[in-house]
Amino acid sequence: MSHHETKAIGGRLLTTTFMAAVALLIVMAVLLAKRFGMGLGAVTNMNDGYAWGLWIAYDVLVGTAFACGGFAMALLVYIFNKGQYHPLVRPAILTSVFGYTLAGVSIFFDIGRYWQFYNIVLPWHINFNSVMAEVALCILAYVVVLWIEFTPALAEGLGQKDTAGKLNKVMFFFIGLGVLLPTMHQSSLGTLMVIAGPKLSPLWQTNLLPVLFLISAITMGYSIVVFESLLGSSAFKRPLETKMLEKLSGVIPWLLIVYLVVRFGEILMNGKLGYVFSFDLKGNMFLLENLLYIVPAVLLFPKEKRSNPGTLFLAAFLILIAGSMYRFDTYLVGFDPGPGWRYFPSASEILITLGVISVEVIGYLIFVKKFPVLPKLGHA
Amino acid sequence: MDLKRRDFLKMAAGSGALLAAGSHPALAAPRKELPPNAVGILYDATLCIGCQSCMVNCKTFNSVEGGALYPQKEGIPYEFPRPDQRFWDRPVDLSSNTLNVIKAFKTGTGVNKDSETDGYSFVKRHCMHCIDPACVSACPVSALKKHPDTGVVTYSKDACIGCRYCQIACPYNIPKFEWDEALPQIRKCQLCNHRYAEGKYAACCEFCPTGASIFGKVTDLQAEAKRRLSLKEGTYQAYPLQTVDSKHTIPTRVARYLDHVYGLAEGGGTQYLLMSGVPFSSLGLPDLPEEAAAAVSEGIQHTLYKGMIAPAVLLAGLVFSAYRSTKNGDE
Repeated sequence: MSHHETKAIGGRLLTTTFMAAVALLIVMAVLLAKRFGMGLGAVTNMNDGYAWGLWIAYDVLVGTAFACGGFAMALLVYIFNKGQYHPLVRPAILTSVFGYTLAGVSIFFDIGRYWQFYNIVLPWHINFNSVMAEVALCILAYVVVLWIEFTPALAEGLGQKDTAGKLNKVMFFFIGLGVLLPTMHQSSLGTLMVIAGPKLSPLWQTNLLPVLFLISAITMGYSIVVFESLLGSSAFKRPLETKMLEKLSGVIPWLLIVYLVVRFGEILMNGKLGYVFSFDLKGNMFLLENLLYIVPAVLLFPKEKRSNPGTLFLAAFLILIAGSMYRFDTYLVGFDPGPGWRYFPSASEILITLGVISVEVIGYLIFVKKFPVLPKLGHA
Repeated sequence: MDLKRRDFLKMAAGSGALLAAGSHPALAAPRKELPPNAVGILYDATLCIGCQSCMVNCKTFNSVEGGALYPQKEGIPYEFPRPDQRFWDRPVDLSSNTLNVIKAFKTGTGVNKDSETDGYSFVKRHCMHCIDPACVSACPVSALKKHPDTGVVTYSKDACIGCRYCQIACPYNIPKFEWDEALPQIRKCQLCNHRYAEGKYAACCEFCPTGASIFGKVTDLQAEAKRRLSLKEGTYQAYPLQTVDSKHTIPTRVARYLDHVYGLAEGGGTQYLLMSGVPFSSLGLPDLPEEAAAAVSEGIQHTLYKGMIAPAVLLAGLVFSAYRSTKNGDE
C-alpha cells in the first residue's frame, strides 16, 4: 500500500508491559462474567438518571476519537494529496483498527439486550430519525472499512504479496469511504446529545455539537499520530520522525483556532457567558477544558517551536486530554438528569475499561513486532 | 504544513457561517400534531388525597399478561421498605418496578393543602405520552413507538437492544432499565393500552376515588382543564370521576388553581396534563421550552442527511481524490 517500505520491528514479545496488560485482561474477564451473569447493576454505578457512564464516555467517545488517526491521516495524504506523510499512515490505521474494533466490542458490554443487536441492521427496525441508528450503523461500517484498509499489512506479514497487490488496486474506494464514515459518525456523536435538551448544561448544549465534535476528533487524530510516533520511537528505541511531525503539527493550531472560534462564538452569541464564570463545577470544567485547547494552540503556533520534540509531545498530549475532557463534560459532567441522581464510575467499571485499553496495548505490540507496520529504518 | 493568511481568513469565515447556520431556528423539524383519537390523563393535584390507590392498581393491572410490568419472576413487583417487612408497597420513586408514583411536596409547616406557604401538594408521575416524544425519536430500532391513532407511547422488548438512549433523551426520566437483571428490558407506562380492547382504560383513573386522575380524549381533557380554571374559587362544583365524560360526578370545593395547565405546551405538548395549586417546578416537573428536543435533533439530522444526497456527493468527491492521489503508485 506504499511507496516507502514498512517492516515488522521484531524483538521479544513478553515484556513487562505486555504481561501487565495480560493481567488486566484477566481481571476484566472475571468482572465481565459477573456483568453478564447478574446484570449491569452488579458491576456498574450507572442508574436510571445517568443511564450512560464511563464505558460510553471513555470506551466509545474518547476511544473512537483517539482512533481518528487513520481518518485524519487519510484526509491529509489521500484527499489533500500530501504524499510526504505516507510513512505515518500505516501505524495510524493500526491504532484506528484497534480503537474502533474495541469500541465496538465494548458497546456489547454496555448494551442491555446485546443478543438482539442485529436489529440495528434490519431495515424494518431502523429508525431513520434516530441519531443513535446513524452512529451505530456508521461505526459498524467503518470497523469493516478499517480492517479492509489494514488487510494489505496483514497479507504482507503473512507472505501473501498477491492479495495485498490486488486489494491495493481498489483501495481508493475504501479510502474515500474511510474518510466519509468518520466524518458522519464523529459529528453525530455530538448530535447524539442534542435530544437531551435542558438535561445537558447550556455550556455544552448547542446545535453546533456535531461541528465541534468533528473538528475536535480530527484534531485529536493528528495529535495521536504525533503522540504515538514520539512515544513509539522512545519505547522501541527508534530515531524520532521529528522532521515529518514538525510539518504535520503545523495544521493543528489552525484546527484549534477554528474550534475555539466556534466554541466561544456560540457561547457569546447565545449569551452563555454567565454560566462560564459562575465558578461552580460546570463553569470551572468549561474553563479548564478550553484552557487545555488554548495552551497547545499557543505552543504550536510559532513555527520554530514545532521542531522541539518535547513541545510537540506536550502539545499533542494536552490536545488529547482536552478532547477527552470535552467528551466527558458533554456526556457526564455537564449532564444533569435532575435532583437526586449521582454517578461516579465503580471500581469494576474502571477495571473493565482498563481491560479494554490493555487489549489495545497487547494488539498493538503484537502487530508492530510481527507485522510490517512501522517504516523500515534508514528509508523513511 | 503551513497555512497562509488567506486560508486562515477562509477558515474564520467558514466558522462564522457554521455559527450562523447552527443558531438558525429553521433547523428544527415542524411541530407535531396531536393524533386524531389521542387519549390521555388529566391529573388535578388539588383533588388528590395521596391515597396511592392508583399506584397499587397500576401494579396489579400491569402485572397481568399484556401489561407494562409483565412478565415478572414472582407475581406483582412490590417494593417493600425492608426485606423483613413485606406488608406494603413503598417505592421512593419511579423504577422498572413502579411505573406510576405519588410524591408529596411540603413547604414550611406543611399544613395548608395546595399552598406555596406552609403547605403541601401531591403529584402523580408517570409517562407523559408526549406529542413529539424524545424517546421515540431517539430509539435506533423503533422499540419505542407512538401509536398513530391513540398517541400512546409503547415499548417492544423484541426490538430493543438496551442502549438506553431513550433514558438520556427523555426530559422526564420516564423509561426505566432493569439494572439487576441479566436479560434486562426497559419498563414504562403504556397507558394501560392492553385494557382498551375490553372497553377498559388506565387503571390509575379507574381506581381514583376523588377524580384527581381522569382518563379520556386529550381534546376533552384540555377543555375540562380550561373549564376548571374558569370556576370560582371556594364554590362547590361537579367533578367527573374516572373518565372525563363520566356520568358519575362528585361535588367538590374549587381550590385556588395556578393559571397554568402543565403539558399543553411543554416540550411540544403531552397527552398527560396536570393542574395544581403550587408551581410545577416545586412538584419536580421540568421547565421545558415549547419546542420538542426531538424536533431540534431531527431537524439537524434531516438537514445533513436529506435523501443521503450530501453524503453521496461527499463520497464521490472523496473517492475521486483518493483515486487521483493513489493512481501514480502501486497502491
